[in-house]
Amino acid sequence: MSTLPSAPSINREGLNDDQLRQFYVTMLRIRRFEEKVKELFLDARLYGSVHLYIGEEAVAAGACAALRDGDVISSTHRGHGHGIAKGLELGPMMAELMGKATGYNFGKGGSMHIASLDHGMLGANGIVAAGIPIATGAALGFWIRGSREVALCFFGDGGANHGAFHEGINFAATLKLPAIFLCENNHYAQYQPVTQDLPVSNVADRAAAYGIPGVIVDGADVLAVYAATRRAAERARAGEGPTLIEAKTYRFEGHFLGDPESYRAKEEVAAARTERDPLTRFATLLTQLGLAGAEDFQRYDDAVRQEVAAAVAFAESSPEPSPDLLLTDVYDVDGRA
Amino acid sequence: MGGHEWRNEYAKKAASVMSEVSYSQALNMALREEMRRDPRVFCLGEDIKESTYGVTRGLYEEFGPRRVIGTPISETAIAGAALGAALVGMRPVAEFMYMTFMMSAMDQLVNQAAKMKYMFGGRALLPIVFRTMAGAGRSNAAQHTQSLETWFAHAPGLKVVMPSTPYDAKGLLKTAIRDDNPVIFIENKLLYATAKEQVPVAEYTIPFGQAAVRRTGEHVTIVGLQRMVEIALAAAAELASAGIEAEVIDPRTLVPLDLDTIVASVQKTHRLIVVHEAHERMGAGAEIIAQVVAHAFDYLDAPPQRIANPNVPTPFNRMLEELSIPSVAQVVAAVQSLLS
Repeated sequence: MSTLPSAPSINREGLNDDQLRQFYVTMLRIRRFEEKVKELFLDARLYGSVHLYIGEEAVAAGACAALRDGDVISSTHRGHGHGIAKGLELGPMMAELMGKATGYNFGKGGSMHIASLDHGMLGANGIVAAGIPIATGAALGFWIRGSREVALCFFGDGGANHGAFHEGINFAATLKLPAIFLCENNHYAQYQPVTQDLPVSNVADRAAAYGIPGVIVDGADVLAVYAATRRAAERARAGEGPTLIEAKTYRFEGHFLGDPESYRAKEEVAAARTERDPLTRFATLLTQLGLAGAEDFQRYDDAVRQEVAAAVAFAESSPEPSPDLLLTDVYDVDGRA
Repeated sequence: MGGHEWRNEYAKKAASVMSEVSYSQALNMALREEMRRDPRVFCLGEDIKESTYGVTRGLYEEFGPRRVIGTPISETAIAGAALGAALVGMRPVAEFMYMTFMMSAMDQLVNQAAKMKYMFGGRALLPIVFRTMAGAGRSNAAQHTQSLETWFAHAPGLKVVMPSTPYDAKGLLKTAIRDDNPVIFIENKLLYATAKEQVPVAEYTIPFGQAAVRRTGEHVTIVGLQRMVEIALAAAAELASAGIEAEVIDPRTLVPLDLDTIVASVQKTHRLIVVHEAHERMGAGAEIIAQVVAHAFDYLDAPPQRIANPNVPTPFNRMLEELSIPSVAQVVAAVQSLLS
């Protein structure tokens, strides 16, 4: 495909064409997965508590692309996108959301605890900011071993006001641990606007308190997130310590499915959907760079929709966990005390 | 402390080379041995390089700054870091200087570490020891004296260990470090220095879930937790001079609990008293008595009794504090009343 004359000059961060296209596909996989989750939830084919990542896809896709195999992430209650970007398969993810025996956690965790240690995904987490000390600990393990892996922690603007934020980042900074603290500032801590919670302009400003770099990126720009995370990872691997990245993002859906969203104007959400959609933006860029056209986007979409449909079919046809599982897995080895 | 019967029993099992050590030295031996044995084992906590009570003394010099990590005063970070390190294959031993300080880390301990294996469908090994120190008796007032073992025993996923002797402290800590589950390992402030005994230099471990019968007797069963084993044994000695033979049982681990040994004893003695430093209300005594009632109801000749701290915070005043901790006289009186 030839480059159009109007192609913008961008820093490709050393990424080849396929890698750039892959960003789009990853974001699309998250988007379509989440849209399907919403549909299933509203149809009562999926139950529990679900927090959608729609609108924030560029953060997970950009950040996880900057990591290597062996690196780990800790995640949040809004963790589906993180898991998909870290390489978890849609089938067992959807099965876990439905509480099925074929889910990553055998149906015992659900949306808020989905984890796959084999993929370096240390778990979504129902407790705000709890993943911060856990990622610090993973980084501590790497540091003790003298290995070159990195631990990346996703957390939200709400988490930045939790004591665990201070304790975890401070501890990591004192030892220069290979950690990346990535704040997804989606501007609302559940219902409360970030301006009410944060006496400073940016979460990243707090990095100064720990003597580490604080970086602000546009969370709707997957390349910007990738670039910041890659630099933070290089710094971490070089033994120079953690970085605090703040990705300014926006969630297009409510805090959870069923959120009446009385705390924000419909116009605000509509404007964000128009102006800050990370997929639309990156599709435009790919088009301008001549890396994809309408047919390609249709092809990506068909393939992703098929993959999501297959994940739903897998999950819905999967068995419920055996009642025996109620009492297992509390303890290793025999699972019981 | 302690009678010679059970010490001799240990001696038979253990190697011949013995060393007279304190409770804190025994713990230090366990840490040193396990850190030498397994490079994944490391310690973290506040002031563990200098070591306030001597348990981690000298480890920094032997193992260096990446295995003996002094942390900021950040209990949430200590607990969370231990958990995160375990998730990437390490075997952390985290220290909380006082059990009270664990309250600052309850999210990581109870919402995260305790539940993670289950939430992950079993797909996680969490070999973490959370060491801490409990107990009153040194005029530390309400915030530095709590015995909170049942808070943790109530959380599925945690094991709770409470050694009462140097021998047990060493053997149980080694088992805790080799266990693939989060273990709340509770040490006792007064025992650190006062408890001394011959401990084998050679390798040994003590399995969880095996109570120790510290003294045999047929008239009453006294279950004591940690330092209360001392109190129970002293009471038993006093009662013996009046012709009453008390059987003293030290569960050693609260989770898992060796109910069989306790039930078998009650089936023999028909009477039960549980003594612990934690508050009486909803304490371990309530659970142990409920289990015994369920499993040996027909054997009981009298209502089981609890002797525990009253349901008040620990006072500072020396005399008031003394009154708040179960005493030998209380145990003796309770036994006499049960037998009357």
